[in-house]
Amino acid sequence: MATVKPLPPPAKYGGRHTVTLIPGDGIGPELLNHVRELFRFSCVPVDFEVVNVCSSTEDDINNAITAIRRNGVALKGNIETLHTLPASHKSRNNLLRTSLDLYANVMHCKSLPGVQTRHNNIDIMIIRENTEGEYSSLEHESVTGVVECLKIITRTNSLRIAEYAFKLAREKGRKRVTAVHKANIMKLGDGLFLQCCREVAAGYPDIAFDAMIVDNTTMQLVSKPQQFDVMVMPNLYGNVVSNVCAGLVGGPGLVPGANYGHDYAVFETATRNTGKSIADRNIANPTAMLLASCMMLDHLKLYDYATMIRNAVLTTMNETRVRLNSPRRCSPHTFHN
Amino acid sequence: MVVIISVAGILIKSWFRPRRGMQTVTLIPGDGIGPEISTAVMKIFEAAKAPIQWEEKNVTAIKGPGGKWIIPPEAKESMDKNKIGLKGPLKTPIAAGHPSMNLLLRKTFDLYANVRPCMSIEGYKTPYTDVDLVTIRENTEGEYSGIEHTIVDGVVQSIKLITEDASRKIAEYAFEYAKNNQRASVTAVHKANIMRMSDGLFLRKCRQVAENYRDIKFTEMYLDTVCLNMVQDPTQFDVLVMPNLYGDILSDLCAGLIGGLGVTPSGNIGANNVAIFESVHGTAPDIAGLDLANPTALLLSAVMMLRHMGMHDYSKKIETACFNTIRDKKVLTGDLGGKSKCSEFTAEICQRVRDMD
Repeated sequence: MATVKPLPPPAKYGGRHTVTLIPGDGIGPELLNHVRELFRFSCVPVDFEVVNVCSSTEDDINNAITAIRRNGVALKGNIETLHTLPASHKSRNNLLRTSLDLYANVMHCKSLPGVQTRHNNIDIMIIRENTEGEYSSLEHESVTGVVECLKIITRTNSLRIAEYAFKLAREKGRKRVTAVHKANIMKLGDGLFLQCCREVAAGYPDIAFDAMIVDNTTMQLVSKPQQFDVMVMPNLYGNVVSNVCAGLVGGPGLVPGANYGHDYAVFETATRNTGKSIADRNIANPTAMLLASCMMLDHLKLYDYATMIRNAVLTTMNETRVRLNSPRRCSPHTFHN
Repeated sequence: MVVIISVAGILIKSWFRPRRGMQTVTLIPGDGIGPEISTAVMKIFEAAKAPIQWEEKNVTAIKGPGGKWIIPPEAKESMDKNKIGLKGPLKTPIAAGHPSMNLLLRKTFDLYANVRPCMSIEGYKTPYTDVDLVTIRENTEGEYSGIEHTIVDGVVQSIKLITEDASRKIAEYAFEYAKNNQRASVTAVHKANIMRMSDGLFLRKCRQVAENYRDIKFTEMYLDTVCLNMVQDPTQFDVLVMPNLYGDILSDLCAGLIGGLGVTPSGNIGANNVAIFESVHGTAPDIAGLDLANPTALLLSAVMMLRHMGMHDYSKKIETACFNTIRDKKVLTGDLGGKSKCSEFTAEICQRVRDMD
């Protein structure tokens, strides 16, 4: 059965892979250092090509994009978008996603044992369209004091993301896909998205399909999140819903995220926080980034290493009964081979 | 200068408003369970001896001169005269031809601010405790401008409109609200890292208005960070001000934290001092007419209305009676976990109100 994810690049001579590493700003560099330390300790056959992206120049981001095209896979921290720069300066993260056409952002929110939260037994996969919608960065000031921002929805991309969602649901043995939208207000835009989802759903009779309006969705998520299985949605609603779900399972430090395109894959934390206020204080939770690196190893078909590191991380969390927001140093010393 | 004049105007108007004597309020019962919950609210107000006279009006849209859909002229006149309205849930039939009634009301009275205070109700347990925040949402523009086009077959563009005027008005309202209700901070919610110009303009206006209110703390936060923090620790938020779409999502999120739309009040503030308070839940046609509805949302909106009119004693009395009834859990409607009827729930609150005198 054809898998929905892009094929990883083959390993080089010696069986080693090269992965682009973009430290980003805030807590990105320190979290990725933990990842490198852990990989070195575990003798993972991955070499990192580090590309620093400074927020202000164009060249850096183009170098990063070229490096990812070369290596096929990347692990990244979030790059800060400074408001003080003029509006023509686009978000670097967004530029990266659109240039590489990483059209699907996948996030798996699962209640972790050992983490105290208000809701239990959450297991939601969120698939978010990653390239268009409200993030098209098309804005203009038609008259002084009046700004228009364009939200673009296309049939091609909506069909693509819906197809991705259903294929992934089938691959993982999931039972239901919920489309999140606001088609009662944005009749043409979200209406098109919903229609595309329905068309694709017709081709997967084994998977149930329903739709829910985004404001009702957030309300349901905080009262009964266990009702959701797989959710697919346009860009902005994906931003909101993924952050709500991350908060429900324990916070931004615990959930990894992946961005898949046809040819490339970039892994990062799900909620894409820069974390400036806690940077360089050794208190950032590395779990999300470590689990993202495990997802990357799975993608490179290095399943044994991925499982080993994942188990180590989850066991450490379980045994030390992590209290979120408490200072915790990443300690990859509990290892089980 | 403009701020000083407008504030002075408000003060003068409130000074000359008749303190004793009845105030007339336009009541729009609505559809479905609307009439029964409106009756419940009227009963409770009567028991509290609140000086409110109700003027019932119907707002079903009619075709006006020129072919545009308008609300009936009597309803509009009544609102313009009374300035204050209380509205139950309205249904929007799908093939009626006219736009959503809520949208029509919003346009007719230029209801630019939607205010939703969310406070945890003691006795109605949710996983979140001690929630006490207010969402103030810009209600006229933003993503809901309704401007959409099909550019070519398969490509649709929706336009999000942000204007300087509307952003300034909502920011001013937010800070005024915070000042009048002794709130410590106002947080602007935005996504200016992605929507640089539009949300950037909104943010700039909020910052400018914040300069005039030095004693109120002003912060800015990304929408996703707010969502993330809201579900982990909602007590860190106070007053939130934001454009239309974010406001829609966040206000419903906050309603979910305290127990849903059945217990959440809401108020819409318009130009020319018009204010319409409403319950935001649906018409619930499946239980309409069966005396099973929960009037809490409409009642709390009516309490908000009393506060807006300056009748703090009455509002406190009715609110306390309502909360005490829910807290004691003896007489609760079905959605709150009890088995009582709407009339029994109402009678219990009326009794408590009378006992307070």
